Amino acid sequence: MKKHYLGTSYLVFVFILMYAPIFYMIFFAFNRGNYMTSFTGFSLRHFGNMFSDRRLMSILLNTFIIAFLSSLLATLIGTFGALGIYQTKQKGIKNILLSLNNILLVSPDVIIGASFLILFTMFGLTLGFGSVLLAHIAFSIPIVVLMVLPRLNEMNSALISAAQDLGANWRQVLSRVILPYAWPGILAGFFMAITYSLDDFAVTFFVTGNGFSTLSVEIYARARHGIDLSINALSALMFMVSLILVMIYYYIMTRSKKSTQTKRDKMIVESKEMVVRR
Amino acid sequence: MTSKNKRTMGYMVPYVFWLVLFVILPLVLMVFQSFQNLYHQPTMSNYVDFFKSGTYLRMTLNSIFYAAIVTLMTLLISYPMAYVLSRLKNSQFWLLLVILPTWVNLLLKAYAFIGLLSKEGSVNQFLGFMGIAPQQLLFTDTSFILVAAYIEIPFMILPIYNSLVELDPSLTNAAKDLGASAWQTLRQVIFPLTIGGVKSGVQAVFIPTLSLFMITRLIGGNRVITLGTAIEEHFMVTQNWGMGSTIGIVLVVAMAITMYLTRDRKQKKRGE
Repeated sequence: MKKHYLGTSYLVFVFILMYAPIFYMIFFAFNRGNYMTSFTGFSLRHFGNMFSDRRLMSILLNTFIIAFLSSLLATLIGTFGALGIYQTKQKGIKNILLSLNNILLVSPDVIIGASFLILFTMFGLTLGFGSVLLAHIAFSIPIVVLMVLPRLNEMNSALISAAQDLGANWRQVLSRVILPYAWPGILAGFFMAITYSLDDFAVTFFVTGNGFSTLSVEIYARARHGIDLSINALSALMFMVSLILVMIYYYIMTRSKKSTQTKRDKMIVESKEMVVRR
Repeated sequence: MTSKNKRTMGYMVPYVFWLVLFVILPLVLMVFQSFQNLYHQPTMSNYVDFFKSGTYLRMTLNSIFYAAIVTLMTLLISYPMAYVLSRLKNSQFWLLLVILPTWVNLLLKAYAFIGLLSKEGSVNQFLGFMGIAPQQLLFTDTSFILVAAYIEIPFMILPIYNSLVELDPSLTNAAKDLGASAWQTLRQVIFPLTIGGVKSGVQAVFIPTLSLFMITRLIGGNRVITLGTAIEEHFMVTQNWGMGSTIGIVLVVAMAITMYLTRDRKQKKRGE
C-alpha cells in the first residue's frame, strides 16, 4: 500500500513538471500587466492585441494555408507511394523504398533544413511561400506513408482477388475496396501532416527567406527580443487547437482499431503513432 | 500481373520523384557542399579545418557531452514514470496526458521558460523567499540542460512504457516466487528485459538534443554550442555553407553511430 502511494505521488510530480510551464504561460496570457512575472489582474487585452496585430494575423493565415495545402498534397503523394510499396513484390526493392522513406523521419531537422536550402538555391528558387510549401510537403510524405502502409498490410488480400474475380477493373478495386479500407490511415496521415507542418520550426527557419514567415519562425524572432504577452495569448489559442487536433486524431484511431486489436496492443500502437512526429 | 504492376508504377511516379528529389539529392548535395570552400572551389580544407583546429573538435565533444547529460537526466526521470504508468488501471488516459505536451509547439515551451527563469522571473521570486535570489538562471548551461530535458521527457517515457507493457507478468511473478526482493526483480528481471525500450528512448532523445539549436539560442544564451547551433550559424549567419555541411556530415555520422550502438539486437516479432 505504501508503495502505491509513492508511485502515485511520483506520477503527480512528473505531470506537474510537464504541465506547469505550459499552464504558467497560458495563465499569464490573461494578465493585465505586461510581464510574465507578477499577475496584476485579469484582462483579455493581450488577446485583443494579438487579433489586432495584422502582421501576426497574416502570418497565422499563412501558417494554416501552408499546413493545409502541404498536408493535402503530401497525403495524395504519400498514399499512392504507400500503395506502390504495398504492391511491390520484390523484397529487396521494398526494403530500399522503406529505408529511403524513413531517412527524412530520422534525420535531424537542421540537416533537412540545411540540405533543402542547398537544393532550392541550386535550382534558383526564391525563398518564400513556395520553398516553405515544398519543404513541408517533402517532410510530411514519409509520415503519411507510415500511417497508410500498416492499414494496407492489415487488409486481407483476398478482398482484392474477390473483387477482381467479380470483374472489377483496377480503378474500381482501388476506389471501392482499397481506399475505403485504408481511409482511417489516410485521414490519420493527413492530420499528422497538418500538426507536423504547424509545429515545424527548424526546417522552415532554413527555407523561409526574408519576406515570408510562419508562426514558429515569428515566435522565435519575437522570443529573442524578450517577453511579449501576445505570444502568451497566441500560445493559449494554439494549445486549444492542439487539444482539438489530438481529440480528432484519437477519435479516428480508436474508431478504426476497435475491431481488429486488443486494447493493450491498441494503446501501444497508438502511442507509437502519435509520437513519430519529431 | 504485369499490367497491374505497370499501373501501380504509374501511381508511384510522384512518390519516386519525391524520393529522388527530396531525399537522395539533398544529401548528395550536402556531401558535395562539404567539399567546397567559400568560393565554390573543390577542396578538402573544411575537413582538415574541422579535425585540425581544436575548436571544432571541442565543440563536438561538448555537444555530445551535453546531449549525454540531457539523455541521462530524462532517463532517470522517465523510467520510474513509465513504470508507474504501466501499472495503472486506466493508463490509456494517462498516456494521452504524456503525449499531449509533445503537440505543443517546441518554441512556445522554450518561451515559457524565458518567463520562468529570467532575472525577475517566477523561479527567482520563489528563491527570493528563501533568501538566495536573484540568481542568474537564464543563459546558463544548466538552464539549457533543464529545458532540453523537459522537452524530451515524453519521448523517453513512451518507448520505455511500451516495452514495460510488453513484458510478460509471469516473469516478474516467477522472480517474486523465487524470493527476489522488489529491487532485485527490478534490477535483474524488469530492467534487462526492457532495455530495448530504453535504447529506443535514448535514440529518440540523444540525436535531437545534438541538433537543438533554438534552445541554445533562446535559453542557453549561446553559451552551449551544439552541432545544430554550429550548422545554423554557418548556414544563416556566416554563410560558410561548406563548413556548415561538413559539420552536418559529422552530425549524420554521429547519428549513425548512435543508431548502431542502440540497435535492437533481437529480431522484432511484429514487423513495422
